[in-house]
Amino acid sequence: MTSSAKIPNQKEFLSRSMRRRLWLLFLLAPPVTVLIAFVFYPMATAILYSFYEWDGLIKGSFNGLGNYYNVLLKSPQNGYLLNAFTNNIVVFVTLMVVQNGLALVLAMFLAREPKGYRFYQVVFFLPVILSTVIIGFQWKMFLNPIFGLVNQFLRLIGFGEWALPWLGWTETALASMMVVNAWHWVGFPTIVFLAAIQRIPKDYLEAARLDGAGEWQIAKNIIWPLMAPAITIIVVLTFIGSFNWFEIPYIMGSLEGSPGYSTDTLGLLFYRTAFGSVSAGGSNFGEGSALAVLIFIFIFSISTLVTKFLTAREIQIN
Amino acid sequence: MTKKTLNSNVLLMHIFLGVNALIMLYPILVMVISGFKTNYEIYNRPFSLPNSFNLDNFIVIWTETDVPAYFLNSVIVTTLSVAFLLVMGTMAAYALARYNFKGNLMLYLFFLSGLMLPLRLAIIPLFIQLKALGLIDTLFGLIAIYTAMGLPSTVFILTGFLKTLPSELEDSARIDGASEARILVQIMLPLIMPALVIAGIYNAVPIWNDFFFPLIFIHDPQWKTLAQGLTMFFGEYSINYGVLYAGLTLAALPIVVIFIIQSKQFIAGMTAGAIK
Repeated sequence: MTSSAKIPNQKEFLSRSMRRRLWLLFLLAPPVTVLIAFVFYPMATAILYSFYEWDGLIKGSFNGLGNYYNVLLKSPQNGYLLNAFTNNIVVFVTLMVVQNGLALVLAMFLAREPKGYRFYQVVFFLPVILSTVIIGFQWKMFLNPIFGLVNQFLRLIGFGEWALPWLGWTETALASMMVVNAWHWVGFPTIVFLAAIQRIPKDYLEAARLDGAGEWQIAKNIIWPLMAPAITIIVVLTFIGSFNWFEIPYIMGSLEGSPGYSTDTLGLLFYRTAFGSVSAGGSNFGEGSALAVLIFIFIFSISTLVTKFLTAREIQIN
Repeated sequence: MTKKTLNSNVLLMHIFLGVNALIMLYPILVMVISGFKTNYEIYNRPFSLPNSFNLDNFIVIWTETDVPAYFLNSVIVTTLSVAFLLVMGTMAAYALARYNFKGNLMLYLFFLSGLMLPLRLAIIPLFIQLKALGLIDTLFGLIAIYTAMGLPSTVFILTGFLKTLPSELEDSARIDGASEARILVQIMLPLIMPALVIAGIYNAVPIWNDFFFPLIFIHDPQWKTLAQGLTMFFGEYSINYGVLYAGLTLAALPIVVIFIIQSKQFIAGMTAGAIK
């Protein structure tokens, strides 16, 4: 190695502290450079770009808040924005109840370490490791109105009239996709909740049982408050995930949130605005950047508020 | 509570867990089994086992589609990204955790703040930047982005771990005259292996599964990754369910096998950060 051969020479004209500085520079410069070049610099320029007019890939003249005006207030964009935003809220609320609610029940049961406890953890977590693309396509095939497994099953057990075109109807498409999302991710909050419950000292639960508390009372008055930090994390992660929702509606529906924009989300709208589509027309980097900045500000401020609010009710186990 | 209700509660719990396990497992089993079926069997006997475990669908995938090439691209991108981010993450975390210098805390917070930036929303500037660097339609463009994106979490995990190690480790090595580089490679590196595995899994799984960045940065079919390539393949074989299921099975297979062998590490790695 050339570097180790250099060290004796360096010793003669470089002081100890100088060598230490060079060593630290060698350690820190590459990661800091990469992080600035591919994370911080693009994030900062996204804000800058949102104030300019764009012609394809070419930055035009300064446009002030024009792009923001177009995205927020000009018809028909504002209608798309409101529709997508509403869908994101529906997704967040539903996942909180269905996905995280189910996860909480599963975690409470698993915390008692029943027979097959390791097996259940692995099985519940299995879909989490798979790509959304695989999950999305798989369930799109299962939900095919004629050949799909779901409708074939419904016909088999005599519920043929319930064999609906799940992804083809505006009334059922978003709900179906949310169920698939819950199936994909439920293992994640389950494991996080389980770890939180297992951190609670056993004597707390023993003491409560000795005092004659029932299982429901223990769950409500001891486990629930003590697992608050895990709840905070899952609420924030679910919020961020719901407002970045893109892959499932893109693969199971389309870029336009089909059918009839019923599964449109901010992520899809951003993609269409920035890179163009049939309905949004050509690519518009200015309005796309404005939309990205608005989405970022929204996600960032709400998750900060939620974290503050939820952390306030956390109790530390000492 | 009487003994009888207690038992029925336990029974209820087992039924609940069992049914849930079935709901999680069955769709995956159907996906795998259907890969061995003909279209006729899939449409007419969806719940039964195939007549014979013939490999026709898998052979179609292997010989007639670009899935093997997509697979190779994903292996290259994931391996190199994780290698780069672990090396650079170790360098940064080591400097931050084991040396006192001016601006140490500031730099640490700088890395941490990267955790809160959703890079997807900077996709437009990234696109322009990669275009200017000639990195559109290259695997290296993806690798650069994934490396940068993974650094904050890697630095966070490794710094936390490195801070728990006693300082006598380096002190005695320094007295013996070991160089700083040697202390890092020969003494520290073996000790932080568990944390490297956690950070590696935490980043490798989302990189392997990612679909969003390739969708925007890769248009040349030659360089598509597996998750993204599947969307092309689905367009071509849209009515041939047997081939589609076989394709999904092949795409899921490697990660599922590694997961089953190393489930404990996987679960710990993927939930790192969410579990204190």
